[in-house]
Amino acid sequence: MVDFLRTLLVGLLISLAAGAVSAEEVSREQIKGIDEQVQDIKKDVLGISSELLQLEEKLLYPSNTQVSIFVDLAEGDKFRLDAVHISIDGKEATHHIYTFKELEALQKGGVQRIYTGNVRTGEHTLDVTLIGKSAGNSDYRQTASYKFSKDVGPRLVEITLAGPAASNHIEFKDR
Amino acid sequence: MLRRYLWLLGLCISVHGFAADNSQKAPRDLFLGEAFFHAQQEEYFDAITRLDTELAQFYRIDDPELDPFHLQANFAEFSIGDFELSYRMHQRAGRAIKAVLEGNVNPEIRNEAAYRLARIYYQKSEPENALHTIERIIGKVPERIRDDEQYLRAQIYMVNGRFTDAAKILEGLRDAKGLEGFAGYNLGIALIENGQEKEGIEQLGKTGLISSDDEATLSIRDKANLVLGYRLMQSNQPGQAKQYLDRVRMRGPFSDKALLGSGWADLSLGRFDRALVPWSILVKRNPTGAAVQESLLGVPYAYAKLNMHGRAALLYGNALDSFGKELTRLDASIKSIRSGNFLKVLVREELKQDKNWVIRLRELPETPETFYLMDLMASNDFQASLKNYFDLEELRQRLDSWDEYLNSYEEIIALRRAYYEPLLPNIDKRFRELDSQIRLRLEQRQRLDDRLQHMLVAPRPDFLATADERIYREQLAHLEQKYRNDTSPGGEDIRRRIKRLQGLIHWDINTTYDQRLTDAYNHLHQLDADAKRLKAIYASFVRTRQAATQSYVGYDEQIRMARNRSRDAKEKVSTLMARQGHMLEVMAINELQRRVQRLEEYQIQARFAMAESYDRAVKAQQQGTESVAK
Repeated sequence: MVDFLRTLLVGLLISLAAGAVSAEEVSREQIKGIDEQVQDIKKDVLGISSELLQLEEKLLYPSNTQVSIFVDLAEGDKFRLDAVHISIDGKEATHHIYTFKELEALQKGGVQRIYTGNVRTGEHTLDVTLIGKSAGNSDYRQTASYKFSKDVGPRLVEITLAGPAASNHIEFKDR
Repeated sequence: MLRRYLWLLGLCISVHGFAADNSQKAPRDLFLGEAFFHAQQEEYFDAITRLDTELAQFYRIDDPELDPFHLQANFAEFSIGDFELSYRMHQRAGRAIKAVLEGNVNPEIRNEAAYRLARIYYQKSEPENALHTIERIIGKVPERIRDDEQYLRAQIYMVNGRFTDAAKILEGLRDAKGLEGFAGYNLGIALIENGQEKEGIEQLGKTGLISSDDEATLSIRDKANLVLGYRLMQSNQPGQAKQYLDRVRMRGPFSDKALLGSGWADLSLGRFDRALVPWSILVKRNPTGAAVQESLLGVPYAYAKLNMHGRAALLYGNALDSFGKELTRLDASIKSIRSGNFLKVLVREELKQDKNWVIRLRELPETPETFYLMDLMASNDFQASLKNYFDLEELRQRLDSWDEYLNSYEEIIALRRAYYEPLLPNIDKRFRELDSQIRLRLEQRQRLDDRLQHMLVAPRPDFLATADERIYREQLAHLEQKYRNDTSPGGEDIRRRIKRLQGLIHWDINTTYDQRLTDAYNHLHQLDADAKRLKAIYASFVRTRQAATQSYVGYDEQIRMARNRSRDAKEKVSTLMARQGHMLEVMAINELQRRVQRLEEYQIQARFAMAESYDRAVKAQQQGTESVAK
């Protein structure tokens, strides 16, 4: 019995020292070969994806009517963003409820493209409502309006959101 | 090409550093920020696609330096390389880095490229290539990767058996930020492997005492204690071993093995009752665990050593029941895997939402094929293959959805064609008429402008006569003609009056010439404002007209090619999924069969031990009865 338990111990030591035991019947070459093929197909599919993205933009959002709205957070602001509502010329364009991962990505400096659509050339009004919680966990809600002008090129609008402590809770920038 | 790759390494900053590193570069670029938004959520496919698309569009524009994106283009190029590494596209990222290494570049950039390539080789289990690459680093290494480069170098030396060199480096990294515990652990291992057993054990002992709030550091602390404990057990020092094994946290990836080893240490010291303490905890844990299964034999063994043979026999019986159940489960698992259920379960979408999905899988009663997945996940090869399988499944889903997109695009194009094609001929006809009128008016305007310009240097007052003045002049000329030959006194008077009136008009035109010229300019400017407006409307119409055509013309070929590429890719993905899936099934079945084999051995051991315990229990009972009878 002691011998048996010693065998167990030796087995355990080997597994600790060598890390994981790989399946012998599947060779390293096979694993490597298929891994390389997977990388190749990823490259192909990424190429198709990029092509489709350009096709989509050209077909659905031509530059003379395209407007894209981006959302980011003021640097270092730790308020909890729950949702954002956006309307253009009084009509709801989009609303978004944030997951924890999305919020974390925004807090680390990521920028979310929240809306891409089409508007006519000329003046337009953008209304934004943010809903969230302050650092002290109290409800936090802000609304702001912004006028932007659409001309021949694509119009990009950046909306920077900040918590209750900031002087400007919703800041707009034409980009 | 090299220039692109140089850009790639121009600004080496990891994904996590975007916010910090862009703090001084206001304003931040929206497209780059968007890619990072996806990358932060580990959506590397979307991150790469977004940035690739932006870069492709950026390189196509005529004056890229006028585009604000040019300020970030270098960083974007590098970021794509980083995302590709994170998306496990080592080849593509590796090729880019190799090009930098072979180019005539700044030593810091080359060294960073060498570091990154060496890291890829190390991760891909190619130790010789990793060593060759890391040794290409000569001279200055960028400050921000200095510790990481040293740590990687030490790891590479270790896998190549150069433990002395590794230990020297790790000595200097023990207090390096971010490497707490890891450098110390590896130093301990390197020293032991180098034959400096005492120093290695001391080092692992120190690593096993570090305090931290970081889960990764706590795990490496546990690992140091575990490895040290088993090392001491192997060299017959169970008393020493136990103190290290007992330091391992009760909850954590090394807990089961530590409890098993702790009981073992007690057993070796002859403290059978104490061995029961950790093993009794362990036997209540998940029965699929290898350590748990071993403890099922350990507990009755300890009772037997305590001469409690009856209880031992009973517990061996329990162990046999448990092994039987596990063998049934393993058998069901193998059958289920063979019938393809394993792969189906792995790609279940709801499981991906939970970061502990591997653990959850083990708890799902309806998925026997996944009970032993935790053990499979311990294998790097299995993990890498599983990730590839997930990536392929994601690609498959994307490709399927793109078919729908392409169908929708074709539908949109057909609708647009049906709407515009009947309208456009009439619009074009009307436009051509208006166009010729517009051209005529603009030519007239240009002629007036030329004439006024000429009149600045060669005054022509007659040109600025008003319409009334011209009519009067014509009337006077007509009257002059009429009375030219009238010899009557009245005729003479009329000719004199005509002359006077002609003189008056001539006087007006000539004396007010400057004012008339100024007025003419002002009027032309007023006309210019209208002409400008006309041109704007014209341009707007032309754009709209072009947009109407562009909204449905010229896509057919592009869509056809995209569809073909998508179909080819789908076929490849499908073939690769089948191959990768089969490989995973083989790995899983092999692992499970090993577990079956081990459990069968346990069963044999348990049966013998149970029989022995029964015998001893019966004997002890008989001896007890006899002594009572005496």
